[in-house]
Amino acid sequence: MAREVRYWPAVVCLIVAALLEVLPLPDVLATWRPPFAAIAIIYWTVMWPNRISVGTAFLVGLFLDLLHGSLLGENALSLSIVCYLAFRFHLRIRIFPLWQMSLTVFALLAVNAFLQLWIDGVAGAPPAGVDRWTQVLAGALLWPILMGVMDRIRELTEPRSRSINY
Amino acid sequence: MAFSTAGQNPASFRGTSAGLRLVLVALLCLTLMVLDHQNQHLVSLRKNLSLMVQPLIFLVSTPSRIGSGVSDSFTTRNTLKQENRDLNRRMLVMSAQLQQLAILKTENARLRALLDSTAKLDDRVLVAEIVAVDMNPFRQSILINKGSRDGVKVGAALIDAEGIIGQITRDQGIAAEALLITDLDHALPVEVLRNRLRTIANGTGSGDKLSLPFLPRNADIREGDMLVTSGLGGTFPAGYPVGTIAAIRSAPGQPFLEIEAAPAAQLNRVREVLVVLQEEQREPAAEATATVIDESMESSVPADETAPIDEPTPETGSTDSTSSEGGTD
Repeated sequence: MAREVRYWPAVVCLIVAALLEVLPLPDVLATWRPPFAAIAIIYWTVMWPNRISVGTAFLVGLFLDLLHGSLLGENALSLSIVCYLAFRFHLRIRIFPLWQMSLTVFALLAVNAFLQLWIDGVAGAPPAGVDRWTQVLAGALLWPILMGVMDRIRELTEPRSRSINY
Repeated sequence: MAFSTAGQNPASFRGTSAGLRLVLVALLCLTLMVLDHQNQHLVSLRKNLSLMVQPLIFLVSTPSRIGSGVSDSFTTRNTLKQENRDLNRRMLVMSAQLQQLAILKTENARLRALLDSTAKLDDRVLVAEIVAVDMNPFRQSILINKGSRDGVKVGAALIDAEGIIGQITRDQGIAAEALLITDLDHALPVEVLRNRLRTIANGTGSGDKLSLPFLPRNADIREGDMLVTSGLGGTFPAGYPVGTIAAIRSAPGQPFLEIEAAPAAQLNRVREVLVVLQEEQREPAAEATATVIDESMESSVPADETAPIDEPTPETGSTDSTSSEGGTD
């Protein structure tokens, strides 16, 4: 019964996702850069709810705050809340058809963006333009592809014999 | 396929429930944010954490560094020759201008001493490179590869060959974050080079525009006027180019002009910047008065803040009257 639990595929994915958020891109592409870290958090919470928890999201968020130079705790808070929401609905999200999944992801990313908008507002940072919403849209549109990539990673790294437990 | 479910195996969900965890984490986040927003409490923690992140930032900026390295090694001989010729020509022109500089400098120092005014400091600069990462997408900020280990201080001004770029806002030890003058939160005390009319240049959030919102409708300002830093506020050294006036609109019914300026520095294109290290070396002519004034300025002005925004209005009025007197002469 004592089976080893793998964490590293998710951890690697999350770190890479956070780094993708600061990868230098031309301005046009940067406008449509999906919030990779939030998407990775949603995916891994839905798939591995008892390994990836709010605490993981908090750490990833702190990492992201350091990379971005934003207020320490801003991304951490929004990602934690998104992670919690994803956890509450993970059983439902798993059985959704792809388009409905994308819609759910859109909603979660919008929550993420709203929280950051709110924190920015309270902290007195200047309001961001339309970029924030194009990024949310890009995230929802790219969800099928990103999910496919992470599915591959998960299936390749998960030994099949002990993985089926539902 | 490889799903694992939390609900069916409560024993595997260690410790507290997700809701409780969220509450704890949220409280922690709020505490962190409040402390960080107060700006002094988390400086060292943040610095150390940033230091740990540095290798990953280095990793992220690698592709673009390799890219520029490759494009450098594939430039043709002709391009290099052309560039070399251009640079030689520019150097000739500049060294010709430089011949006068030494004598002008001593003359300036002597005249200032006669006038009993403070002598201009000789600024020391440090060359730094911009690290190729996209920082917070909603702010105009950059990361440079020099930090407090190289003598960079929070509040130091950043310039390039053409003019002011921004100021250091956060130190990371071996790197530093800087806010550009075009950020919405940034205000910069400037004066018009032609008539020393003083005002404030605010960032607009877009990379190629500054706005000057505090000049009255009768202010003596024209399109094409050059703006330089005034040195008020103590953060920026005086006399560096900031930009040129691009457009002036006077909306009827508004007490102030709407003025747009184009930054002199190539804010979107620079790769190397100069950090101005103030207060290190003084020119021999800089007398005790300069020291006193400088120290009082530095101690009274918070490092990452520029001059208060509502300051210049009375000054502009007085400058205005003097300039109109000049016109009647």
